[in-house]
Amino acid sequence: MSGMSMVSDSLVIARRNLIRMTRIPEMVLFGVIQPVMFVVLFTYVFGGSMSVGGSTDPDVYKNFLMAGIFAQTVTFATAGSAAGIADDMQKGLVDRFRSLPMARGAVLTGRTVADLVQTCITLTVLAIVALIVGWRPGSAEPTDAGRVLGAFGLLLLLGYAFTWIGALIGLSVRTPEAATSGGIIWLFPVTFISNAFVDASQMTPWLRHIAEWNPFSATVQACRELFGNPGVVDSGAWPMQHPVWASLIWSVLIVAVFRTLAVRKYRAADG
Amino acid sequence: MPGAIYAEGLVKTFGDVKALDGVDLDVPEGTVLGLLGPNGAGKTTTVRCLTTLLRPDRGRALVAGIDVLKDPVRVRRSIGLSGQFAAVDEYLTGRENLQMVGRLYQMKARPAKARAAELLERFDLADAADRPTKTYSGGMRRRLDLAAALVVSPPVMFMDEPTTGLDPRNRQLLWEVIKQLVSGGTTLLLTTQYLEEADHLAHDIAVVDHGRVIARGTSDQLKARTGGERVEVVVHEREAMATAAEVLRGFGKGDTTVEDHTRKLTVPVTGGAKLLAEVIRELDGRGIEIDDIGLRRPTLDDVFLSLTGHAAETEDDESDKETAS
Repeated sequence: MSGMSMVSDSLVIARRNLIRMTRIPEMVLFGVIQPVMFVVLFTYVFGGSMSVGGSTDPDVYKNFLMAGIFAQTVTFATAGSAAGIADDMQKGLVDRFRSLPMARGAVLTGRTVADLVQTCITLTVLAIVALIVGWRPGSAEPTDAGRVLGAFGLLLLLGYAFTWIGALIGLSVRTPEAATSGGIIWLFPVTFISNAFVDASQMTPWLRHIAEWNPFSATVQACRELFGNPGVVDSGAWPMQHPVWASLIWSVLIVAVFRTLAVRKYRAADG
Repeated sequence: MPGAIYAEGLVKTFGDVKALDGVDLDVPEGTVLGLLGPNGAGKTTTVRCLTTLLRPDRGRALVAGIDVLKDPVRVRRSIGLSGQFAAVDEYLTGRENLQMVGRLYQMKARPAKARAAELLERFDLADAADRPTKTYSGGMRRRLDLAAALVVSPPVMFMDEPTTGLDPRNRQLLWEVIKQLVSGGTTLLLTTQYLEEADHLAHDIAVVDHGRVIARGTSDQLKARTGGERVEVVVHEREAMATAAEVLRGFGKGDTTVEDHTRKLTVPVTGGAKLLAEVIRELDGRGIEIDDIGLRRPTLDDVFLSLTGHAAETEDDESDKETAS
């Protein structure tokens, strides 16, 4: 199969999934509402009682929090891609696609690309809401537009990587409902045992080690650094010292591993 | 030379279940093979193997002369697949669905668009072309599904239970479309639980049960194997049954069966309508009042029953089992 067909077939499938999103706008809407709710709840409920780097100022926590919320939001796209793929399997669309002379990876690639577009939309809305409630890049250290955009780039890459995990989950379960829960449950420990919502340096040492090597934490730390927000942990762990590189490496590694596994599973799908 | 669809010793096992236990098929170009059998007989698994969706554990298959196991990509260019498991996207419109399938058959955007419009017209879906297919009726969806399989006019088509769940009118409509298709030279493998459908559409029939082809031939050949025609009489009064049985014995070529509670007598015969007329005259001459009389030829249902020892349509049995367990 030529490379051209892989690209064009993926675009055909991505287009199809984007058309679907416009026909089911409530899916996109819920995808946006959920993180907005998190922003509001964490800012106003936890904001006053959290200590970051020794400060309990709600404004400090707010600026600390946003990188974590952004990162958690992009990873939640996993559930969407898992459910989407499982739905295509159940409805027989995957069989239709597998009987067509198209590139084998295109159905999954098209799906993850469409999910990336949705993540962009969600992230844009979320950033606006964050600015409204008082999030300010450069609140702790000076930054610039390039660094802020770089942070969003890392977030999108992380989200894209996680949708490949979602694709594998979607291919492995029997129903879209199972895919939705299966796509989300494991994200809670991954996103909470991290530096996203609390200062990891206050965790017990063994938990702190996990948090610091958590791929998710690298992106959060990188975003805080690039946003110029507070809470950049001073730690001996390599991913915390070089968070931008660590975030890039983790994301690329996740894509490489899970894309390979998912495409292999798709080819063998005996549904 | 093997036909447009050819299979030899296909075996496929799922865990402990042997779904296919050595299926052999040979469908000459331009003909229709009806694959007939109850649920779970192996019809769908056979189609999945031949359409590259499933890799058989053993055996060999050629579709349009191409080895299914060695060159699945080329096979996919030559086949169209329609039926219970190859769906359309319910949130896309009919037009969008067909255009997408055309693009994935590697057509350029413009020809894919033109072909979609042509098919929508041909399948009487032009009015609904720009509505999401979610709003389509069952019959419309099946027609769209069939249209999707025809986007590149493939030489070989597979249809898995194309009319299951359709009302009689829509079934008729779909049958017409299928007949047109075949008259254009397409080779077709059709699976069905409806004996009437196989009778109606297929040149040859292969009866499948427990993953094997247990009989094959034309519909007439299969019926002849089951036995010829017979006369069935329902008499009005129970008291007349003994006399009627005596009359039938005089004409019959075998044992007369008598069903007391329905007052029905059946006897195998040869001699067709002429003989039937004689039977009626004789019964009438003896003053026996008849509620119903007729010459019955075996249906494919009879064929199936005599071949497998169970009836063809076991769907209800299975759902019964599910509720029981």
